[in-house]
Formats: sequence, structure tokens, C-alpha cells
Amino acid sequence: MLTLRLYMLQRITALLMAPFVLVHLGVMIYAVQDGLSAAEILGRTQGSALWFLFYGSFVVAVAIHGAIGLRVIAHEWGGLSGVALALFTWATGAGLFALGARAVWAVTFA
Amino acid sequence: MTPTDTLTVTIERGPAGAETFAVPAYENQTVLDVVSWIQQNADPTLSYRFACRVGMCGSCAMTVGGVPRWTCRTHISKVVKDGAVTIGPLKNLPVIKDLAVDMDPFFDKWIAAEGVHHSGQTRHDPIAPIDAATPARVAADAGIECINCAVCYAACDTVTGNDAYLGPAALQRAWTLLQDDKDTGRDDILDAVSGAGGCHNCHAIGSCTAYCPNDLDPMSAIAGLKRETAKSFFSRGR
Ligand code: SF4
Ligand code: SF4
Ligand code: FES
Repeated sequence: MLTLRLYMLQRITALLMAPFVLVHLGVMIYAVQDGLSAAEILGRTQGSALWFLFYGSFVVAVAIHGAIGLRVIAHEWGGLSGVALALFTWATGAGLFALGARAVWAVTFA
Repeated sequence: MTPTDTLTVTIERGPAGAETFAVPAYENQTVLDVVSWIQQNADPTLSYRFACRVGMCGSCAMTVGGVPRWTCRTHISKVVKDGAVTIGPLKNLPVIKDLAVDMDPFFDKWIAAEGVHHSGQTRHDPIAPIDAATPARVAADAGIECINCAVCYAACDTVTGNDAYLGPAALQRAWTLLQDDKDTGRDDILDAVSGAGGCHNCHAIGSCTAYCPNDLDPMSAIAGLKRETAKSFFSRGR
């Protein structure tokens, strides 16, 4: 059950995620060249405002995009609607955001 | 003409369950002929709907062999498998009785999508000249051949999952009017197709376009509405 606003939010977050995914994959391939270790990853990300912003925006986009997508499935296949559907959407978005934000915080400023 | 064989025809009669009839097979016979034979010779209580018998009125659509079709324009040989075929009412609409469905939700959504003429002139104004070759007019012409048969509506899984969804035919009409120089309802149409049942719910799988017996393309019309509403989202803020 999508209105124009939800549709636009989902398309815009998709547009944002495309370069995020490419950069994420690119850095991963580059980073594993000399073997992969926690110390090496944390050495790059810890204290970095840039990586905090990068993965922070990524997490926000994923939370919005995923919540809207799952909302459609919950309505069309799960029969949820009205308040239950709104609650489901917000809870999914908040849950995805909490999971991602916790991880981003852990590798940058924690 | 003498019958060449016998067909095993199963009619899904809504809550009353399915019933099987033996129908004489003729070489030249449509699905509608078969249904009419049953009503005239085997069970006069069988309810179904038709009018023109030539693919113009849009009243004879049913589910034949699992897919929605105009029964008057479908030759029985196209759908019979091993001498048998199953005929049921259209999906996604309430069954009134046997093969006749209630088309009200379909037409109500047509209106809800602003699929009505929005006039900006009176009878005293001169008739506006229309250039048949402009891209907008060509796009509008593509959709006006729709005969409201609801085949696409019955084929659409999004209608099945989302009660509010306006469906391919109504949205295609909205798109047609949006392209029409004589229609002044642009903002009303864009608002009407932007709600919880609007064009943005279409998954673009294209069952509507695949099954439209008129070879129309509601899926592309809906893609056009998505583009126009996205543009208006930035320019009008909604
Ligand atoms: S678009 Fe095609 S299938 Fe749909 S109602 Fe019109 S004629 Fe029928
Ligand atoms: S393309 Fe859209 S309107 Fe057509 S059948 Fe699929 S969901 Fe329905
Ligand atoms: S009877 Fe009119 S379209 Fe089939």
C-alpha cells in the first residue's frame, strides 16, 4: 500500500544506496588485498567522521527503503492494514536503524 | 452442423461449487457458444452475461482455463485440453451468481481514478482543434480503445492483494485523460492516482498488458503516471 510520498522516499533511498553499495564493495575488495583483520578495519574506520557519515547515511537509507518494501509485502501478502500496518512499518524501520546504527557507532566512535 | 465429439465442460458456480457438463463439440464454436449451449440445453438456471458477441461490449469476460478472457472472441479449440475445459467467473470481483460478477467495484474505481471528463469549456465555446499527430494525442489514442471488460483487472495480482488498488483499466483511463488536450483535470487526476490505491502500487509485472484482448498496454500507461506524479512531486510538492 504505497502513496506517492512513500514511493518517492523508496525511490530516492534506492538512488542513494546504489553508489553506497559500489563504494562499500570497492573498499572491501581493496581492503582484503593484504588479508583481513579486525585491527585493519578498525584502523580505517575508528574516529573517522567520513566513514561515520558514509555508513550512517547508508543505514538511514536502508532502514527507510527496507521498511517501505516490507510494508508492501505485509499488506499484500500478510493482510495487514490500518494502524497495524503503520506500526509494522515504523517498527521495521526503527529496528533496521537500531541494528545498523549500533554497528556504525561500534566501528567509528565507540 | 453435426457435432464431431463431446467436450467435458466444468463450470465453477461460485459458492455452489463446480459442475461438469457434456457438451457437443462443433468445429466452429466459441467459449460463449459452449456456455450458451449449457444454459439452453442442460441447465436453464445457469447465469452468465453477454451482449454483443463480437468483442465490443465488454460484458462476457470469464476465467477460462485459469486465465481471464473474452468468451465471445475465444475459439474453444484454443482452450480445450484433452477434450476438457474449466470455465469460472472473473477473479477479483464479487460473484453475483455462477459466471456473473458484480462489476461495481471496477467501475467505482474508474470514477475514483478521475476517469471522467473534466470540461473547461461550455457549449458556446468553439470546438478546440486537436492535432492527431502530437505525441500526447497518440498516447491518449492508445488507451481509448478500452471496452471496460475487466480482463486486466482480473489478471492483476496487485488487485488481489490490495483492495484499494484502482487497477490497470482505471489507471489507464486516468493516463489517457491526462494526455487529452480537451481535459482540464490534470491536478485532480494526479491527486487521484497518488493515494493508497494509486499507480505507485503497480509492480509492473505486466499481466494486464499480457491478457488485454484489445492489445492495450495499461502497464506502460501506469509507468507514465508514475513519471508524471514523480515530476509533480518536485514541482507541486505532492
Ligand atoms: S484495458 Fe483491455 S483488458 Fe483492461 S478493461 Fe480495457 S479492454 Fe479490457
Ligand atoms: S503491471 Fe501493474 S496494473 Fe498491470 S497487472 Fe501488474 S501490477 Fe497490475
Ligand atoms: S459479448 Fe460483448 S465483448 Fe464479448
